[in-house]
Amino acid sequence: MNPFEYVRANDRQSAIDAAIRPAAPARFLAGGTNLIDLMREGVEQPRLLVDITRLPMTAIEERPDGGLRIGAMVRNSHLASHPIVRGRFPLLSHAILNGASAQLRNMATTGGNLMQRTRCYYFYDTATHCNKREPGSGCDAVDGFNRIHAILGASSQCIATHPSDMCVALAALDATVNVEGPAGARAVPFADFHRLPGETPDVDTNLLRGELITSVDLPGSSASLHSAYRKVRDRASYAFALVSVAAAIRIADGRISELRLALGGVAHKPWRAAAAERALLGSVPTRDAFARAADAELEPAVPQAHNGFKIVLAKRTIVAVLSELAGLDEGAQ
Amino acid sequence: MPDELARVSLRVNGSIHSLMIDPRVSLLDALRDHLSLPGTKKGCNQGACGACTVLVDGERINSCLTLAIQYEDREIQTIEGLVQNGVLHPMQDAFIRHDGFQCGYCTPGQICSAVAMLAEWKDGAPSAVTKPNAPHHLTDDELRERMSGNLCRCGAYVGIRDAIRDAVEEMSR
Repeated sequence: MNPFEYVRANDRQSAIDAAIRPAAPARFLAGGTNLIDLMREGVEQPRLLVDITRLPMTAIEERPDGGLRIGAMVRNSHLASHPIVRGRFPLLSHAILNGASAQLRNMATTGGNLMQRTRCYYFYDTATHCNKREPGSGCDAVDGFNRIHAILGASSQCIATHPSDMCVALAALDATVNVEGPAGARAVPFADFHRLPGETPDVDTNLLRGELITSVDLPGSSASLHSAYRKVRDRASYAFALVSVAAAIRIADGRISELRLALGGVAHKPWRAAAAERALLGSVPTRDAFARAADAELEPAVPQAHNGFKIVLAKRTIVAVLSELAGLDEGAQ
Repeated sequence: MPDELARVSLRVNGSIHSLMIDPRVSLLDALRDHLSLPGTKKGCNQGACGACTVLVDGERINSCLTLAIQYEDREIQTIEGLVQNGVLHPMQDAFIRHDGFQCGYCTPGQICSAVAMLAEWKDGAPSAVTKPNAPHHLTDDELRERMSGNLCRCGAYVGIRDAIRDAVEEMSR
């Protein structure tokens, strides 16, 4: 690990001021579950760590519209156990509990979860080429072992996936990320927070320099939806998703009146399945309709040498989750 | 400035220790190398095995994925701190009675994790396998899921499960 200066921030402004010091590429340090690991591997080499874990951003507050404001330093375990989250947003609780281990969820924070970097093994291995770690160096995943990699929205520069479970639920719930920076505060719609790789895969998010995540808002409108999260992985627990599906649905008079669908493990960002949503809105919920909608969403999918199974797996998981939420019989998959 | 040592005050097993350490030192290394508390084990050193599990303010964490300086003034408890007046913690006792180990390397982490797991369970915290409105019962599925952050490469899981089960009964008497 490279040497660095450690600063413990006492308030937001001093954290932001420290992070934009000219000579010191800085990182905010929260739970550390990803950043410390990446620093030990030499992937992240900040000269300044601004510890924000003692900032008073630990509240979960109800909003007038029935939604929630979740402080950026609320830890994953506390968020997943919170009675209002379990009652109104079970999708979020379930997604969090499907990620990592109890120990890691006790450390990881809401803001930090959004800032997780990919688990692509080539990104982690400094002996290989990676455009995300070292822009312009190439991508060894494209011709390498790419079983865990992206099928949607990838570029010739990068086929990495976003590792978070929580973020897939937040994408489905139409969350908003509140940030503060040198130029003031702004609210970023969740869909605009993370990026696709394009020509600059080294940039994971649309955060500006020195911007600090202060909270995440959930709109109340999604509170009454019927929702679920299903994660498919190589072992029963404590593994990253091969494919995951977050879904929230409302059925009125036998037709789908509202639908939110997001996929994890398939792209550089949590993937909101807008094409599938469009295909299903107003339709009668049937397994065939769900399968056709999944096909519409996955039509642009591009497999790598080892991850073609994800296209089939994503379709089956979408159909299974939506069928379960719609109360259809569990049939052959 | 980089390369300078920092004064870090750690509260471990009820005692306060003042250390001069590099800010890069993890809580795990501070415990083992600077405070002579080698009970906490270094397995993967990347948050994948749970051997380094300790309790902070009663909650279990991976001490490898930390900087010690982050945990100043927090109440840290290690396996050494579970013994009270020379008497083993009921969880330690149960692991011995049920052979909840073979080589023993993962055991301190397993035991610290299990102690905190029971506290979470008593608080009503859900897990990924908790069904809504299901009876609050620590099934084998629940136990496996809640302990999935602690790997045992000897595969002593059957003994570990039996030990935790027994300790649950012992501690709820």
